[in-house]
Amino acid sequence: MYYKNINQHSFILFFCLLLISCGQDNSIQSNYQNHYDKEDGGRLINAMTGEPSNLIAMIAGDSASSAIANNIFNSLLKYDESLNYSPEIAKSWNVSNNQKTITFKIRKGLYWADGEKLTSRDVMFTWKLVTDPNTRTPYASDYQLVKKASTPDPYTFRVTYEESYAPALDTWTALHILPEHLLKNEDINSTYFSRKPIGSNYYKLDDWKSGQQVSLTRNPLSINGKANINNLISRIIPDTSSQFLELTADNIDLMNINPIQFQRVFPSRKDLRDKIGLYKELGNGYTYLGFNLKKEPFNDKRVRRALNFAIDKNEIIKGVLLGLGEPLSSPYKPGTRWNNTKLKPYPYDSKKALVLLNEAGYKKNKDGLLEKNGEVLRFEILTNQNKQREMTAVIIQRRLKEIGVDVSIRVIEWASFINQFIKTGDFDVVVLGWSLSLDPDQYNIWHSTQQGPGQFNFLGYENKRVDNLLERGRLELDVIKREKIYHEFSNILLEDSPIVFLYAGYGLSAINNRVRGIKKPSPPAGIYHNSYDWFIPKILRRNEISDI
Amino acid sequence: MKKFIGNSLALTGLIIITTVLLAAILAPIISPYDPNFIDIDSILIAPSYDHIMGTDGLGRDVFSRMLYGAQISLLVGFVAVGISTGIGIILGSIAGFYRGWIDSFIMRIVDVVLSIPSFFLILAVIAFLTPSIWNIMIVIGLTSWMGVTRLVRAEFLSLRGREYVMASEAMGSSDIKIILLHLLPNSMTPIIVSSVLGIASAVLVESGLSFLGLGVQAPTASWGNILTDGKEYIQFAWWLSLFPGLAILLTVLGYNLLGEGLRDILDPKNK
Amino acid sequence: MITYLIKRILWMLPMLIGISLISFFIMHLAPGDVTSTEASFNPKASEESRQKLREIYNLDKPVIVQYGLWIKRIAQLDFGNSFASHQRPVLWETKDKNGNITKGLIQEALPITLLINLLGITVIFSISIILGTLSAVKQNSWVDKSITLFVFIGFAIPGFWLALLLMYWTGVSNQWLPISGLHSLNYENLSLFGQFTDLMKHLFLPVFVSSLSGLAGISLYVRNGMLEILNQDFITTARSKGLNEKKIVFIHALKNAILPLITIIGLSIPGLIGGSVISESIFAIPGMGKLFYDSVLMRDFPVIMGILTIGSVLTLIGNLIADLGYAWADPRIRKGITK
Repeated sequence: MYYKNINQHSFILFFCLLLISCGQDNSIQSNYQNHYDKEDGGRLINAMTGEPSNLIAMIAGDSASSAIANNIFNSLLKYDESLNYSPEIAKSWNVSNNQKTITFKIRKGLYWADGEKLTSRDVMFTWKLVTDPNTRTPYASDYQLVKKASTPDPYTFRVTYEESYAPALDTWTALHILPEHLLKNEDINSTYFSRKPIGSNYYKLDDWKSGQQVSLTRNPLSINGKANINNLISRIIPDTSSQFLELTADNIDLMNINPIQFQRVFPSRKDLRDKIGLYKELGNGYTYLGFNLKKEPFNDKRVRRALNFAIDKNEIIKGVLLGLGEPLSSPYKPGTRWNNTKLKPYPYDSKKALVLLNEAGYKKNKDGLLEKNGEVLRFEILTNQNKQREMTAVIIQRRLKEIGVDVSIRVIEWASFINQFIKTGDFDVVVLGWSLSLDPDQYNIWHSTQQGPGQFNFLGYENKRVDNLLERGRLELDVIKREKIYHEFSNILLEDSPIVFLYAGYGLSAINNRVRGIKKPSPPAGIYHNSYDWFIPKILRRNEISDI
Repeated sequence: MKKFIGNSLALTGLIIITTVLLAAILAPIISPYDPNFIDIDSILIAPSYDHIMGTDGLGRDVFSRMLYGAQISLLVGFVAVGISTGIGIILGSIAGFYRGWIDSFIMRIVDVVLSIPSFFLILAVIAFLTPSIWNIMIVIGLTSWMGVTRLVRAEFLSLRGREYVMASEAMGSSDIKIILLHLLPNSMTPIIVSSVLGIASAVLVESGLSFLGLGVQAPTASWGNILTDGKEYIQFAWWLSLFPGLAILLTVLGYNLLGEGLRDILDPKNK
Repeated sequence: MITYLIKRILWMLPMLIGISLISFFIMHLAPGDVTSTEASFNPKASEESRQKLREIYNLDKPVIVQYGLWIKRIAQLDFGNSFASHQRPVLWETKDKNGNITKGLIQEALPITLLINLLGITVIFSISIILGTLSAVKQNSWVDKSITLFVFIGFAIPGFWLALLLMYWTGVSNQWLPISGLHSLNYENLSLFGQFTDLMKHLFLPVFVSSLSGLAGISLYVRNGMLEILNQDFITTARSKGLNEKKIVFIHALKNAILPLITIIGLSIPGLIGGSVISESIFAIPGMGKLFYDSVLMRDFPVIMGILTIGSVLTLIGNLIADLGYAWADPRIRKGITK
């Protein structure tokens, strides 16, 4: 009797549990499709391949450090969604008539995370710090152009430049303001503050487990108000295949992915597509093939242009990026005003390439290779250990082989690459990339005075007209006039062809669908631009022991 | 010979190795495509009639790359082991024959080299010289001679007391003659065994180097770099992982089985 | 014996100096230094600042001078600070004037690596002894052949391949084990026992994968050692006396076969502090392998030299123990000593 009852009860219990669990599965599925209103709290877990070294951005050089520090600190101003300047610590700014002085008005009622008031004193302190010769920062040069800085009152910060400096406002979006009251007696190069910072932005450092993860929680005194998500955890996972496994196992919410994962892996897995969303945004950089302009035959414009015509950029974008990139005709981000839309990229035209090379004196020899004065047109493409750059070089090699150019490829580890080849000028051709700021100034890269060892005009470009344009561009504060200057600069650069613009790749992210509020398609400033506004509906959150 | 056939593990090893060798030698003949032929329209195609092992991230045929990769893997193995065995025999003979302070000196050098991590040397070499397959082979060779040295030395030390050696010395034979005619031939067993095992190691080391980006460089195909290229999509492009992984596994297994089998057969103690 | 020991120990110091000298010079062979990192190729970064940094770190001085400076510090057991990790101490933690403790790089990485390696050695030795003995006892049977095949496959599988496959199977397809990392997110909230289990779960795959390749060598060694002993006279004598076969194998034979393993343990000591950079990258474990690899790429000389120094000391000690163990295990030498 008793036995039978137990069986019955357990059967019913089992059946109920089955129903509940099945029901739960279905509801979780549909939960991901539902719309939810903003909710407070939750935890976002992302993955980083490297560990931050130092959360004081002016000292640290690596991207992991600045990624974390960007959540903790603020600058005087920032870029908004459409890449216009927008207030942050400064509520407004004013450029003087002679264009040499900028006066920033600082917002009142701002506090540091420890409760101290944030005033112009902190801004002054930060500027003094970054321009101090004892501070080991590589980024001082822009701020050293300030001849005089003053704080007439606690809410005003004024800088005067020797000459009007057009990139100035851009430089002030990149300087994290530091708390004077905590750092005035510290040696900025070795202070413990770098591991235990106090900032003013949405988040503060909660815990840093060396080598494993960095955890941030909301800063209740944030100068910008409250972020929705309460806890950001960055797990340090050096291998991207491991990251991907963690993403698919729902242990992390966010990671950068590559074109193949974006275009092939995810589309083939409906189960992944339901849980994880894909996002793409155009980055601020581009990849190029650079010629050593001091070496024969790259000093001959015809040869450079010919090689430019002989490379099929669309093929590279299709093959290396699976279409997730854009061709370029100027060193500026498509969609911004600095990009001269009248300029078109060099089309793939191998016939024209041969014509130009013939003009330059190259004829095909009996082996089918191009030859001039008994020497075959042969060179080496150098690049660093970057999968996409390697693949790009391989595709270029093949196309150039077709017109009779013998190309070899060498892949070198970064530090050796810079020291043995770039610095010494001992290279033929490189495949590299630039990651640029949003200001159009490119003086450091193209001006003829920047060719010293360790400087960035390592290709050896010299063009008087371009020098003049770059100098004027730095002084011109009128946006319309400035635009004209850089459009002309781009025109000359394209015609001269010291580099072959290869592509501007998209930044690709995979973010779990529990995270809401991400703007799609991505605005000019990128999807992470409003990350403080993202939220995770309670019903989609992971089970957390200490739910906040 | 009969013993060899009787030892089924060694036989299996030999069969595997012969297959790999044939694949490597016949690569130019049996390879259906040029291993470096890029086909943007055929990126990451699963194994099919046209591509029996599928294609990689640039549309290159994996089967063709595997065949040429066999050449690379075997070449790396042979040259690296050739170098390490060569050095090992020379140093081990000298140490074992002359004993005394020469022996101590050489053994201390062995200690010194052992305490410097090989991969550190590899990075320095690859950064400093042209990062080519030859340099990888040289470096692997230069970092694995220590074991052979010890083995040869041990054999020499134990053989030295034998009668025929002492007789030779009494007759006034030159040192070189004794080493080459008497001692070395009788020490061949551990040398052969360690060489075979060394080839297996070299293949594994190359795949490890590829993972770190320090292996055979693009566009040359090696099993290690095909495997590394595919590691981000192990589930999706399983063919990029399965075939090179199995190839490495079987080749290394084959050499190990052969090596251990030879040890069993040639070792006079195991009679 | 004593003279031999003293001679070896006296040899150690000049050898250490020799090793460090060679390592130092090899390190400087690779072009570039810590200022040549990827970050330094930002057009906003100035060459002057890099030059300044070079001066501070003495990188502009001749190599032999840099070596002299380094050896002076190391003689006082000062391992210095890291170039790349923002001046963190290489070896042990330091306290600043406010009492803030910054942990040393090796101090943090070494325990994890030691733990993984010790677990690995325990696993390898215990399983190898069992497998090797089984193989020897059932020589040439299918048991012997399967075990040989199994350990060889374990050796032959490319480690990172196996790791990724296992991570997928145990972590994604099934939720049995964590995929990467050392601790779960809720580690702090677990009981002591919970923390222990959590750590073991995270270390299971890394230890398993790294042990697999070590099984082949040791189990074969045990097998061959056992075979040799089982064929010897004193075993035949024991058998003819009618002693229990199991007792013979486990007590008499095994005891003698294990002694040479001391040699191997000695040789394994320097390996204890070495981590596999491949394994640590895949499993996201911040150990010595990754530390060393990253320092080489970043040209972080103090860290590189620090690790090499510790490694060399352990190698020399390990070799000494191995040689002593070998001499001890050989009954002829042992008898000669105890007489």
